[in-house]
Amino acid sequence: MESKAQPLLLVKDLKKYFPILGGVLNRKVATVQAVDEVSFEVAKGETLGVVGESGCGKSTTARLLMRLIEPDEGAVIFDGEGVGEQHGLSVRDMRRNMQMVFQDSYASLNPRLTIEESIAFGPKVHGVSGKVARERARALLAKVGLDPNLFVRRYPHELSGGQRQRVNIARALALEPRLVIFDEAVSALDKSVEAQVLNLLNDLKREMNLTYIFISHDLNVVQYISDRVLVMYLGKVVETGTVEAIYGDPRHPYTRALLASMPSMDPGNRTTAPALTGDPPNPINPPSGCRFRTRCAFAEEICASTEPRLEMIHPAERHAAACHMEIAGSGHSKAMATSPPKAPPQPQHMGVVA
Amino acid sequence: MAETTLPGLVPDVPIASRGYWSSVFRRLSGDWTTILCLVVLLIIILSAVFAPWIAPADPYKTSVIRRLKDIGTPGFPLGTDELGRDMLSRLIHGGRLSLVMGITPVINALIIGSFLGIVAGFVGGKINMVIMRTVDVFYAFPSVLLAIAISGALGAGLVNSIVSLTIVFIPPITRVAESVTTSVRNLDFVEAARASGAGGFTIIRVHVLGNVLGPVFVFATGLISVSIILASGLSFLGLGVRPPEPEWGLMLNTLRQSIYVNPWVCALPGVMIFITSICFNLMSDGLRSAMDVRA
Ligand SMILES: Nc1ncnc2c1ncn2[C@@H]1O[C@H](COP(=O)(O)OP(=O)(O)OP(=O)(O)O)[C@@H](O)[C@H]1O
Ligand code: SF4
Ligand SMILES: [Mg+2]
Repeated sequence: MESKAQPLLLVKDLKKYFPILGGVLNRKVATVQAVDEVSFEVAKGETLGVVGESGCGKSTTARLLMRLIEPDEGAVIFDGEGVGEQHGLSVRDMRRNMQMVFQDSYASLNPRLTIEESIAFGPKVHGVSGKVARERARALLAKVGLDPNLFVRRYPHELSGGQRQRVNIARALALEPRLVIFDEAVSALDKSVEAQVLNLLNDLKREMNLTYIFISHDLNVVQYISDRVLVMYLGKVVETGTVEAIYGDPRHPYTRALLASMPSMDPGNRTTAPALTGDPPNPINPPSGCRFRTRCAFAEEICASTEPRLEMIHPAERHAAACHMEIAGSGHSKAMATSPPKAPPQPQHMGVVA
Repeated sequence: MAETTLPGLVPDVPIASRGYWSSVFRRLSGDWTTILCLVVLLIIILSAVFAPWIAPADPYKTSVIRRLKDIGTPGFPLGTDELGRDMLSRLIHGGRLSLVMGITPVINALIIGSFLGIVAGFVGGKINMVIMRTVDVFYAFPSVLLAIAISGALGAGLVNSIVSLTIVFIPPITRVAESVTTSVRNLDFVEAARASGAGGFTIIRVHVLGNVLGPVFVFATGLISVSIILASGLSFLGLGVRPPEPEWGLMLNTLRQSIYVNPWVCALPGVMIFITSICFNLMSDGLRSAMDVRA
């Protein structure tokens, strides 16, 4: 885990359980374990891709980082300063350094404000004068590839989806943040526009020294844009590592299943993992032990009784996975007794394990 | 920037941008029903405002000899009432009190109800529950009964009937304001505003008010028609203004006994109430569709 430089963002044991209210008195009847003890770090200048099925807690993690919702437990440390802690970084200052782009380009712009007003809003909140804020808005519009003279006075409904998402990117950049979170920010765009926006993101990152957290369910996009990848399953981190490690040598059965279901992959690179079947279990009552065991072809007794910890597999690649097969001496029949396994284990049966 | 200025990124046709209100206005200008209603309302309101200069006769001057003249009698184009007063003058003057009694409660309720609803919707949680459950209590009674009960308790009079009608209209406006605010609050642009570090007050001012007040205002204009009818009803029951003040509801009441003598003249105040309230109603519908941005 030791990296030379201090990570820009360090997330430790982040946890959020949503109460499900019900009954006449609106009492808590259950909890959704949306994000459960999630830890990761993002180095300065890198792009961390976050993947996982729908409902695994990606958006909740993003909203927790922005403090749009309060975490139940855990710490977020931005550039060495604890966010919202007594001697750390205030939430307001954190938000100047960290911004977010949402999936729905239309809903994330106020229909009553012009593009210019929407972009200038953030700087004005942080005490920049109206005139300077508007100038900044125009400069940012140019930066995201929209002619300021044509767009400043427009309203969101007069723009295409791609243009609106560029405006949202400009809005996020208006506070000159150091880290930007994209929550499915290109998912709603059609493929050609998506490619243009991805290129734009790469350019902006280089020009403005940005760090990205890029959430997506599109594994191809994540492979293209990320330096490192975080794989989530039912509110937990199941595997993390460099793009090369995750895509070239996936260790967790869930990651392998995800990659196996990836539409266009280099045939030579294809893993023989069984494709993912069935729906993820209910996050209200997640399975005991390893949460993936209900769909895992390698599940054994130990998987039901003990939760696998995130085990470092390859420190140079910062590659870690949470699977008993990777934990030496875990008791899993495929786990090494002492040292980590050299090759990924092959599945015994290809059938559907519900 | 070579990559970011690809052709196709810049729109092919530079369309002139239209502001929200100018596009609302453009849509309204093609809607003849709404325009007609606006014109009729404007005539009624202006003639009420300038009543002393417009009315051909003194609305209080009685005459024993020319009671209940027909519509079209020379000198009395709309006839005379049961005390021989000129109907046209009384209708013109009556618009003043009727409109004040109809519109003022809605304006009051709009201010108080929007405030309560926006606070409830934006803050949520316990405050929402307290405000909305209190409002629900008022919903248990039909609005007519509620207005009569409050007016009865406060006593007759112009101010008291305005107060009672205000209380009647606060709950529906609060409800609409709360539900619109709740839906706006959950939109991503409010989240984005929070993410940019803005405080609750700034977010309400910049992002919530503009999106909530429009629909609430439209809803309130629809309530004016109900309010005018209720206000007239209160006067009709003797809970509003007192004779000899000209007021449409009160006129309807005092002319009631003469309905068999001259039904046409006796119906005139009712016709005014009907026209005014239906025009407010249709205008409200027209505004609602014109203000629908995505349409
Ligand atoms: N405000 C909330 N109240 C209750 N449950 C919630 C709330 N927000 C999210 N959840 C639940 O938390 C879980 C994680 O949701 P989240 O939106 O983070 O998933 P996601 O990974 O972003 O999925 P998607 O790919 O569909 O966007 C889901 O089961 C969801 O139903
Ligand atoms: S811990 Fe067990 S159930 Fe979980 S992924 Fe590994 S083998 Fe499968
Ligand atoms: Mg999501």
